[in-house]
Amino acid sequence: MAKIQVSTNINNESVEYLCEPHDTMLSVLRNQLDLTGSKESCGSGDCGSCSVILDGELVCSCLMLAAEAEGSKLETIEGMSEGGKLHALQQKFLEKAALQCGICTPGFLMASKALLDHNPTPTETEVRFWLAGNLCRCTGYDKIVKAVLEVADDMKESA
Amino acid sequence: MNEISNKWIGKNTVRPDGAEKVTGRAQYSSDTTMPGMIWGHVLRSPHPHAKIISINTKKAEALEGVKSVITSKDIVDFPLDKPVMLGIQDMRWMCRNIMARDKVLFHGHPLAAVAATTEAIAEKACNLIEVEYEILPWAIDIEDAIKDDAPILHDHIHFDGKPSNIAGTLEHKKGDIEEGFEKADVIIERDFKTEAVHQGYLETHSCLVSVAADGRATIWSSSQGQFMVRAMTSFLTGIPQSNIRAIPAEIGGGFGGKTIVYLEPLATVMSQKTGRPVKIVMNREDTMRASGPTSGSKSKIKIGATKDGKIVAAQGIYYLQAGAFPGSPIRGAAGCSLAPYDIPNAHTFGYDVVSNRSKVAAYRAPGAPIGAYGVECVLDEIAESLKICPLELRKINAAKEGTKAVHGPVFPKMGYIETLDAAINHPHYKAPLGKHQGRGVASGFWFNAGGESSAQLNITEDGNVVVTTGHPDVGGSRASIANITAELLGINHDRVSVLIGDTATIGYSNLTGGSRVLFASALVVTESAQIVINQLKQRAAKIWGIDEDAIDWENGEARPAGDNAGKFAPLTLAEIADKATATGGPIGAGYQVNTEGAEGGFATHICDVEVDMDLGIVRVKRYTSIQDVGKAIHPDYVEGQLQGGCAQGIGWALSEEYIYNKDGHLDNTGFLDYRMPVCSDLPMLDTVIIEVPNPKHPQGVRGVGEVPLVPPLAAISNAVYQAIGKRSYSLPMSPPKVLKIIEGS
Ligand code: FES
Ligand code: FES
Repeated sequence: MAKIQVSTNINNESVEYLCEPHDTMLSVLRNQLDLTGSKESCGSGDCGSCSVILDGELVCSCLMLAAEAEGSKLETIEGMSEGGKLHALQQKFLEKAALQCGICTPGFLMASKALLDHNPTPTETEVRFWLAGNLCRCTGYDKIVKAVLEVADDMKESA
Repeated sequence: MNEISNKWIGKNTVRPDGAEKVTGRAQYSSDTTMPGMIWGHVLRSPHPHAKIISINTKKAEALEGVKSVITSKDIVDFPLDKPVMLGIQDMRWMCRNIMARDKVLFHGHPLAAVAATTEAIAEKACNLIEVEYEILPWAIDIEDAIKDDAPILHDHIHFDGKPSNIAGTLEHKKGDIEEGFEKADVIIERDFKTEAVHQGYLETHSCLVSVAADGRATIWSSSQGQFMVRAMTSFLTGIPQSNIRAIPAEIGGGFGGKTIVYLEPLATVMSQKTGRPVKIVMNREDTMRASGPTSGSKSKIKIGATKDGKIVAAQGIYYLQAGAFPGSPIRGAAGCSLAPYDIPNAHTFGYDVVSNRSKVAAYRAPGAPIGAYGVECVLDEIAESLKICPLELRKINAAKEGTKAVHGPVFPKMGYIETLDAAINHPHYKAPLGKHQGRGVASGFWFNAGGESSAQLNITEDGNVVVTTGHPDVGGSRASIANITAELLGINHDRVSVLIGDTATIGYSNLTGGSRVLFASALVVTESAQIVINQLKQRAAKIWGIDEDAIDWENGEARPAGDNAGKFAPLTLAEIADKATATGGPIGAGYQVNTEGAEGGFATHICDVEVDMDLGIVRVKRYTSIQDVGKAIHPDYVEGQLQGGCAQGIGWALSEEYIYNKDGHLDNTGFLDYRMPVCSDLPMLDTVIIEVPNPKHPQGVRGVGEVPLVPPLAAISNAVYQAIGKRSYSLPMSPPKVLKIIEGS
């Protein structure tokens, strides 16, 4: 079968690629576009390490077909810091030791960003349920939840 | 030696590898590619136990895009009659585990591999390999593997004079156990069962290997030891170690599971054969099916105590699953289970049982959580029957400096009792409980380890510092090493870079495992720093034309001391580095040694649960881990170890288990039904860091990473009992099981 040509926008840049109809977004990001910040830990939608934001919504890129990105806007971890300046969440994760091995971190950061975009003042319970789709085996989630809550607080203060 | 001002030791600095990790740039194992790279895929057994009659690879080889097909014939054979050990791993088993010979021994056992231009073609080719099997009866569970007519996995393994699946035993004895039980006023004996659980690292196994035309191999992979990767690959491919360069990628979790190889030798052989770089990525399903979980177990624990709470005798008999090849962690179960207590008469015995499951690999304090589970639950019952507070009971019997442990050593200064006192005085222990809630406590011990380490500390031309060590950083060790280096040299933390060297650029360093990394690397970095400080003093002496003994190193500067004090303006590190060429050349030093003096670690945990009496769901409501860490070099990452281990323990106790179906296949190979705790399952995990410095370490460090997984199984079980009034003697305490216990059936 012929490959599908896709025109899309990733991290505010126009991107074109050819993909097989069955290729996942994750495999194209990682294996064709060199965007290896999104990780594959399960390939079945159960771990969130491949989390990206598609037209404002958090999705597992391992469950999305690459062909579906046509005409949309995709955000990946590689686009989170701007002009060499870390996003507040990235900075807080570093300061609060919210990562150990770090393999889950890109996914947690994308998921946390999507949360704060939707709900800038989440409760601890809301943070925990929103992030329940992201697995972390190292941290016990404690410092991740605290980091997200602190960023939300900081945003409140600066607003 | 430099006075420790503790400007940096004990500070929560930002880790040197952090920015790359939060931006997605850090290179983990499967993130690397090479020009001309091809892809490998592994064919795995569909049967739990079968003889391999023949393997025909012709059709696979003929498929367009296929470059190489290999089987066990292409891997170095290690005959069964002679052990060849690398650490605790025997190459006889390792060669058969990565590629089955004669027999397949578990569902998922590799028996061939293909390299092709795409992953899809390699996978398709695997399906074209024709294998003729003679299916054999199999045994999955311990009971089935040790009964008289059990199918035997390895004919040459004998126990009690006949072929057996009991591959080994281990025993510890102290005093006279019979006499001890005679003195007891209360004796409790219980049987316990736990299921195999996986380490659950989120990064699956993968590697990229390039063998050049001159036969030299370069391996990029994530593991808990690049030197282990080099040595095992050398053994299994026959390439000398000097011709293998193993480059450690960032590691996405290991917890013990990445202390052996699965893919590197296969990719190396296929790269050798094709002249192309070969990449293999294991998927989640195969990682669960065929990479090491830790043992499931059955055990019998018997403890006797006098009325006043003194334990007079204790016995623990453990059977641990090894998987398809010998090597379960019976040492951890039999050695750690009674270590927190001073018991005059004790006996522990462990059986290493092979069965048709994947070979186990280390998992955080291997064997110790299983050992502690039964002992700490029985202690809870003893405390109840004697009407003594369970923490007081532990205090009455606590091991301390000078206690001779059941497993042999005499303890030096250590902080077990301190963890008990901290627990007794913690507000958590006194907080009121609600309906259907219960509180449990338990303690735990892990040996900790030293072993070989190397470090190189170089002063850059502009007077900053680069430190290289040989241990993969699984959770912030680089940050701790930066703290220690900054402290010793008296400079700002951000002037220190810390790197993990590959096998060609740093001296031999043993695995990241056994909670040894910071203990050992701090030792060699400290030695290197001392040498460098002496060099800096020598250079200053030359510049000033005075004796080097008359110079102090303080706050990052050389200062004239003694008679010369005040005669010269201090020279900073940068000023000395600037004159390095004129004063003798580059400044830097390496140090390598087999580190000794790692002393054991102890923890006590308090856990509150709430049980849904209708659904049988157990929810952890509050959790406090209290641990003697010696000295917390980077408190946040120490806490992180405590919290992460505790979360894994909660999974082991409540929801994780390997489930085999009637065909001997693992039924739950995905995260949906192999249920690890998610964010909404857990509360905040409190920690109390106790610091009783290890007297045998320059900074007082003890290993931290493993102990946190030892107490949770029992702490949670004891809490569930308090909540529902009935005890569970097996894990996981999943909702259906808990419901059955509640309903009394
Ligand atoms: S890799 Fe996509 S959810 Fe796990
Ligand atoms: S930091 Fe390792 S999985 Fe989250």
